[in-house]
Amino acid sequence: METRDLVIIGGGSAGMAAAVAAYDKGIRDILILERTEFLGGILNQCIHNGFGLTHFKEELTGPEFLTRFVKQVQERGIEYKLHTNVVAVTKDKKVSYVNAKDGAITLQAKAIVMAAGCYERNAGAIGIPGERPAGVITAGQAQLYLNEYGYLVGKKVFILGSGDIGLIMARRMTLEGAKVLGVAELMPYSNGLNRNIQQCLIDFNIPLYLSHTVSKIIGKGKLEAIEISQVDEKFRPIPGTEKRFDVDTLLLSIGLIPNNDLLDKAGVAKSSTRGASVDEHMQSINAPGIFSCGNVLHVHDLVDYVVAEGAVAGEAAASYLQGTLKESEGPCLETVAGEGIGYVVPSRINLANAGENVELKFRVRKPSKNVYVTYSLNGQVLKKTLKPAIIPSEMEIARLPRNLLGEEGGTLTVSLLAKEEN
Amino acid sequence: MARDLTCIICPRGCHLHIDDNLNVTGNFCPRGAAYAKQEVLDPRRTLTTTVRCKSQLLEVCPVKTNAAMPKDKLFEAMKAVNEVTLTPPVHIGDIVIKDLCGTGVDLVATRDIEK
Amino acid sequence: MDAGGGSLVTILYLFCFEDGILGAFFAFGHLCDDKDILGTNCIPKNRAFPIHVLTFSLLRAYNGAHMKDIIIIGAGAIGAFLARNLSKYELNVLVIEKENDVGDATSMANSAIVHSGYDPVPGTNKARFNVEGNKLFPKICEELDVEFEQCGSLTVATEPKQLEMLKELARRGELNGVPTKLLTPEEVKALEPNITPEVQGALLCPTAGIVNPFTLVAHAFENALDNGVELALGTTVTAIRHENGHYQVQTDKGTFEAKVVINAAGVAADHIASLVEEIDWSIQPRKGEYYVLDHYAPGLVNHVLFPLPSEKGKGILVTMTTAGNYLVGPSSEFVDDKDDHSTDLPTLANVRAQATNMVPKIPFREQIRTFAGLRATPSTHDFIIGPSKSHEDFINVAGIESPGLVSSPAIGEYVVEHLVRPLLDLKPKKSYNPCVKKYVTLSRLSEEQKKEVIAKNPHYGEMICNCEKVSLGEIEDVLSRSLPTLTIKAIKKRTRAGFGKCQGGFCQPKVLFLLAKHLGVSPLEVLYDRSGSEILDKEAK
Repeated sequence: METRDLVIIGGGSAGMAAAVAAYDKGIRDILILERTEFLGGILNQCIHNGFGLTHFKEELTGPEFLTRFVKQVQERGIEYKLHTNVVAVTKDKKVSYVNAKDGAITLQAKAIVMAAGCYERNAGAIGIPGERPAGVITAGQAQLYLNEYGYLVGKKVFILGSGDIGLIMARRMTLEGAKVLGVAELMPYSNGLNRNIQQCLIDFNIPLYLSHTVSKIIGKGKLEAIEISQVDEKFRPIPGTEKRFDVDTLLLSIGLIPNNDLLDKAGVAKSSTRGASVDEHMQSINAPGIFSCGNVLHVHDLVDYVVAEGAVAGEAAASYLQGTLKESEGPCLETVAGEGIGYVVPSRINLANAGENVELKFRVRKPSKNVYVTYSLNGQVLKKTLKPAIIPSEMEIARLPRNLLGEEGGTLTVSLLAKEEN
Repeated sequence: MARDLTCIICPRGCHLHIDDNLNVTGNFCPRGAAYAKQEVLDPRRTLTTTVRCKSQLLEVCPVKTNAAMPKDKLFEAMKAVNEVTLTPPVHIGDIVIKDLCGTGVDLVATRDIEK
Repeated sequence: MDAGGGSLVTILYLFCFEDGILGAFFAFGHLCDDKDILGTNCIPKNRAFPIHVLTFSLLRAYNGAHMKDIIIIGAGAIGAFLARNLSKYELNVLVIEKENDVGDATSMANSAIVHSGYDPVPGTNKARFNVEGNKLFPKICEELDVEFEQCGSLTVATEPKQLEMLKELARRGELNGVPTKLLTPEEVKALEPNITPEVQGALLCPTAGIVNPFTLVAHAFENALDNGVELALGTTVTAIRHENGHYQVQTDKGTFEAKVVINAAGVAADHIASLVEEIDWSIQPRKGEYYVLDHYAPGLVNHVLFPLPSEKGKGILVTMTTAGNYLVGPSSEFVDDKDDHSTDLPTLANVRAQATNMVPKIPFREQIRTFAGLRATPSTHDFIIGPSKSHEDFINVAGIESPGLVSSPAIGEYVVEHLVRPLLDLKPKKSYNPCVKKYVTLSRLSEEQKKEVIAKNPHYGEMICNCEKVSLGEIEDVLSRSLPTLTIKAIKKRTRAGFGKCQGGFCQPKVLFLLAKHLGVSPLEVLYDRSGSEILDKEAK
């Protein structure tokens, strides 16, 4: 069986960033396995701008952003295989893949970076009531048809979910001549970035129906109409609030889910994000040498954060290969998503390996104003930060000095605390 | 004239207020103030779209305006964009349409397409 | 895109219309010179026919002027096994189906269970054909290369008073000739670690199993077509006339003639039967709604788990599928609309509540789809199998609700051998071959086998569906078979491409463009399923 130092699963922004970072730390035997015909992953279809403000200090479109990373990969001579599908991974780091040229191969990797991205939550996953005609399609799929193949999926469109892909597609399809009749959002607030509400909906007079959902899909072969309803506080449709829209397309922008089956089926522990449970070095807590980064770990809102996380994973994999990342059985902190917090990445902080600062990424459950984010070590508040406004659609990143965390281990809880209670 | 705006310059999306004297509040950075003034005086947007480009793997090539263009000319610009067909090779930054609809901004390719 | 590489072909079909004058029916369009569906040049931009005509043009070697021996109306599981059993004999057989694929209604949306047969009332058609059909399954699934697992079923008692009912069911099983075994709660827990702690006992039926219902029907048709049966998809029967000792079956695509007609029209069987005579029975569709869960958590259940049956049916079951998914359902509600495949929240919530009563820890978070199917419930409470009142050569095979899927091979055999044989001269066909050419399912192969397959045909190494690991080679194989595969959904049913957690989010465009090339149509005209179900609206540029 062929042995490789570092196998990276997924050649999108996370995987490329990990590869480049590992290379720059001295690893030379790197192989990126990418299932599609291009490096760059989902950025290939994200032709809108807004990428790279943090990483490159300029505003780029998706293809421009990814091209810069492809160049970095190519300049370093990092090997990658396209059209290559990883079919299985094991906890002892065997990677099985197939492609037309090599056939079916199993490699023994010394380290793995999982960077397989995410997929879109779809109609099947939420079981929208009504029929199942053609014309109900995820926003990303419509984006793929339009931006890579040049086809529009419909003329009259309604959008469920105010996620950014849906908002971007509202503008994109409007500019291409389709009529977007509205966007329904289950929550009482938008899930997209403020600027996308402005430049994708308000600019084109597209109404946003908050606290609404699609309560019925109508049409036998092809979508003919949808019905939306206002929802109560338990998100149940309120009878009598139905509105009907005659549309041929319902775009769904209702969330992204880490595409983590390979690790899941390998028995690698997963967290509430559905990505792997990782430590501060993005290393799996029960599979040493397997690292995760990007949307396969947890869904990010900005690609700049994805590449930063990819670099952390890539560098950590290099340290692991170079023997500088301790396989310590020593004290650890388990992170806990406390009051008001949806999830925290990483799941664990290995105190023996933690650097000068420990980075925590988390999302709140619902929008809040004037709240403290508190960080508590075994119940004792270490730090609190006042947030004038905090919303679920924006991932929060906090850095805690390592020296605050002690040497004992235990739990590190992130919570929200209303300002008034102090 | 006074308006509440959402800044679209970066993903932060600051809530801005601009008064009759063009004083801006709510901005995190100076670019927000500039945006608010621009938005009330001459609203502009960057157009990102595709043009026809038949290659081995793609049917279209992504493009953008190399600067923000007047918002009210977006649909007119789309008509011009949809008339163009590129032939590979295409490189990032190649000018696809110079002075798009007389706006002074150019439409440029945002992807390398070799063949 | 240009239309280069294609040549315009005109196909002319002749028919006998009802006025007795020869009519003509044209289908014309581009066919590809390049038979390789990966050929780059065969997407004609403006082809001349709507796709339903195309489906018609795919009738294999259709000889319209010739009187058929038999017309089967309906291409579900019953139609499939009627056709396959008839294809053993020197007969002209035509199957007419209104949908654009075989097995596209009740046969597609059900529990996919090969019931053991302990449950139907002894002496009924249901009991007889269920038990006979169950015995045929291992051999048929071998011949037709269909996934089938005889995993056994458990009928689970969750209350002490249900134990008496279990014993009654065991007695019924004995009368039906079905082996069963009563299990203690401990025995049940050993077999099913995730069963409710409330379990009081269960009835084990080792002969029950699960089957891939999509390929069961498709491969049975493929086999029938290989042996000479003809199939008209996308063709709706509008009237049937009996004149001069034969039938004229009028459809929206023209009129066909036959000596014998078999009505296997599922939920529409009462409508079809009433085209020839007044009937005193009816079919009322009974809708069942289901959840499909992704193939995580292997071992959630190891058998088909039923609650105790009631007058409403076999109850909400929890089972794995042959693809390793889990299926939870069905509900049971009579509906009036024979085309109502809608789901609704309260019904599904009830399904969920009942299922968790039996298996508390079902991971509903892994839900990848919900769907509804219609059972063709007859007013007579039993399968209606026999000649119509006034015509012995018009045979009804109607009201085939559960246990219909398992019964279908036995019903097909019975109808041909006992009801058709007296009407027609059944000469065995020397060339009859009961087997379909074996399929390659990459995801089920060992690495060595994969290597070998990919070395022979590299397209098996090119993955199209990421979730279910379906390769280009597998899709091309399906497209090359005798059974027409005309829609995205047909590809999904045959290969599982698009069946996984992303529900085609990533692979559907690839499948769509592949299908467009294969059919020689524009991508704009590729259908998801029914006519009018195009995925793409227009070229953006």
